[in-house]
Amino acid sequence: MSVSDLSSFTPASGPTVRAVKDPFHGDLLEVSMGPQHPSTHGVFRMVVTLDGEIVVKLKPVFGYLHRNHEKIAENTSYLGSMPYTDRLDYLCSMSTNWAYALAVEKLSGQAVPDRAQYLRVILAELTRLVNHSCLVGFLFNDLGTSFTPLLYAFREREKILDLFESLSGSRMMCNFQRFGGCRVDPSPEWLAAASQLVNNFPRFLDEYEMMLTGNEIMLARTQGIGVLDAKKAVNAGLTGPVLRASGYNYDIRKVDGYGFYPRFDFRVPLGAHGDTYDRYMMRVLEMRESVKILQQAFRDLPAGPVMDPKAKIRGFRPKPGEAYGRIESPKGELGFYLISDGSPNPYRYRVRPPSLINLTLLEEMCLGHTIADSVVILGSIDIVLGEVDR
Amino acid sequence: MNTAAGADAYLERVPLVLRDAIVQWFPAPTQWLVHHLITVGVILAVFGTFFAFTTIAERKLLGRLQNRLGPNRAGLPWWQKGPKLWGLTQPFADAVKALTKEDIVPAAADKLLHFLAPVLVVTFSLLTFAVLPFGRNLIPVDLDAALLYFFAAGSATELAIFMAGWASRNKYSLLAAMRALAQVISYELPLLLSVVPVVLIAGTLSTREIVVAQGFWTFGALPHWFVFTPWGAAGFVLFLVSALAESNRSPFDLPEAESELIAGHLTEYSGFKYALFFMAEYFGLTALSGLGVTLFLGGWQAPCAFLQFIPSYLWFMGKLIGMIVFFIWVRGTLLRLRIDQLTRLAWQFMVPLALVNIGNAAFWALTAGWTGPLQFVRWGVSIAIVVLPFVLIGRRLNAGRAPRTYQYAAS
Repeated sequence: MSVSDLSSFTPASGPTVRAVKDPFHGDLLEVSMGPQHPSTHGVFRMVVTLDGEIVVKLKPVFGYLHRNHEKIAENTSYLGSMPYTDRLDYLCSMSTNWAYALAVEKLSGQAVPDRAQYLRVILAELTRLVNHSCLVGFLFNDLGTSFTPLLYAFREREKILDLFESLSGSRMMCNFQRFGGCRVDPSPEWLAAASQLVNNFPRFLDEYEMMLTGNEIMLARTQGIGVLDAKKAVNAGLTGPVLRASGYNYDIRKVDGYGFYPRFDFRVPLGAHGDTYDRYMMRVLEMRESVKILQQAFRDLPAGPVMDPKAKIRGFRPKPGEAYGRIESPKGELGFYLISDGSPNPYRYRVRPPSLINLTLLEEMCLGHTIADSVVILGSIDIVLGEVDR
Repeated sequence: MNTAAGADAYLERVPLVLRDAIVQWFPAPTQWLVHHLITVGVILAVFGTFFAFTTIAERKLLGRLQNRLGPNRAGLPWWQKGPKLWGLTQPFADAVKALTKEDIVPAAADKLLHFLAPVLVVTFSLLTFAVLPFGRNLIPVDLDAALLYFFAAGSATELAIFMAGWASRNKYSLLAAMRALAQVISYELPLLLSVVPVVLIAGTLSTREIVVAQGFWTFGALPHWFVFTPWGAAGFVLFLVSALAESNRSPFDLPEAESELIAGHLTEYSGFKYALFFMAEYFGLTALSGLGVTLFLGGWQAPCAFLQFIPSYLWFMGKLIGMIVFFIWVRGTLLRLRIDQLTRLAWQFMVPLALVNIGNAAFWALTAGWTGPLQFVRWGVSIAIVVLPFVLIGRRLNAGRAPRTYQYAAS
């Protein structure tokens, strides 16, 4: 078709305004938001049916970033898929690495030295700070600020990413955890810098909250919006801050006590309303708790090796069996399910991504709210498409 | 009023002298035309340049608000190694980019309206400059009903925005068009009502005379600008909020809500048509700021009597820049309202307050004769008339919403 043909061409579907007939709603408008849209946090698509500005139907469509992660992992050695786990939740590679290492260690009965356990807690909680500060920044972007809170949050995030870079060589794709410990031992300077950063972090939170949490527009835009019932959330398998914002106490750090978390004194904040504001506040309060965990970890960090000397790297073949390792990733329960048949590759490799499962109730939360709210609700769920689509 | 001395100052008369010097070169029958063309040309040149530097100022200021530098690369093309002029030539690079970009018209768009909308939006926003008094003698058209003309021309831009949204045949654009209409219907009213007290006190719709009415000083240092009265301050705040909404600026930038509607009515515009919309937005902002300066901030009047030696048009520009910097600051700070909250704010908060404020201005006019201790009563009552409804209606508007405290899990 030449250009001149196009000028008289009216597509049957596509960019035209197509009204969906519905006897109860009059004329509805079906809008396909995404996969190229500034606020869908990646290549996510929402097929939204609108009555005026009100969402009457919402269909999440994903899979645009599918990279066949699980099948690739089944054709790679156990250690070989560690770098791939970085790309699942690309904001939190440190904790994703840990979840995978935890599953493999369960499978092979590998022990982890104390210093590595502490280091894992430190890195996972720093990752939580990275993720949550990103989230609160992006949430305000979805709420319509012109990037100011986001860049304030990114300022802190960059400091942590600098630490990650100096430790692992990469800002975001850290590839740091190994079966039986961590890749390198941080220097005392690194620990001092990290400790100082953590001690300064509450100042950033105070500043951020002073400027934004009490803002009238913020309250009006988030309170009572996207309310999620705790029962529905549990039935759908939601986890993480989204579930706790609905008032259900479920934190795998407390429930499983994996790693050395039982040694740390921290609290789990719970929401009461389950709306967007609660989901935002859960992140802020969890960051404050993470700071407490980190301060204890830097205080108690023992000396010793960061890698179990008996850990086998070459010719690593776990005995036949299965294992499920899960952690409280910043987004919820991140689990890796592995079946070994005694070969160097996993027989079955399955990821339980919190982002995907938290997304399932998006329609539930968005119905009856405006299109502007649906964007904010999506932002408050906190998804990373790398993890949703795998 | 000691304007006589200032009016004679040479700098004050320079623009007029220059214009007359050029006009007299032309034959007498065409002089009226040349006279007006020069006025139009000067407005286009001055505010075109002003627009260019507003964009760079906005980007720089937003950058500073956000811990970044803003654009600082664009220098002069033949000056490769020298200083980069702080990126001040960025707007010209942007203009070249906008002009050379491909102009894409969607296949299903209404071609005529799609083309007409950016032209009209710029036209309408430029028309409003005609009645602004930029200086003591610098008013392009001295209309008796200047304010009415301003609002008539200014609100027509929203029609062009609706046109753009409709003609693009894009769903986001359509939603934006609907929002733009809802917004203009809601905010035209408080904008007009916030201006009524000024008309009431000044007793005229002419912008020139409104400025003249503010040209007094107490002790030669306290200017009698309308913003320094209770009703004027309230009216100014109402005007500012409505002006933000009228010019589609954050936190009322709903028609082009980036996070929801991608770019709203601008989604299907590219190249120079997009630049025209951009230009119109800033022209609208500048015109409304200019009106705010004229009505409430004393127009071209100097803040102190002894500062009158500075030409009046410089005072006007200074105040205008101050207003625009304020708008940029707001944009860098606030979040966006939702469309229903936007209209609710207009009808339940701004309109009642603006109506009360008109009564307040009437009280102020009636008590103009009160002197001595009664003066304090006058101020007290007037402030109360403004503050009480503000507190009461504001409390109702925010009812049920407050920061919360949270429980922690027991274990």
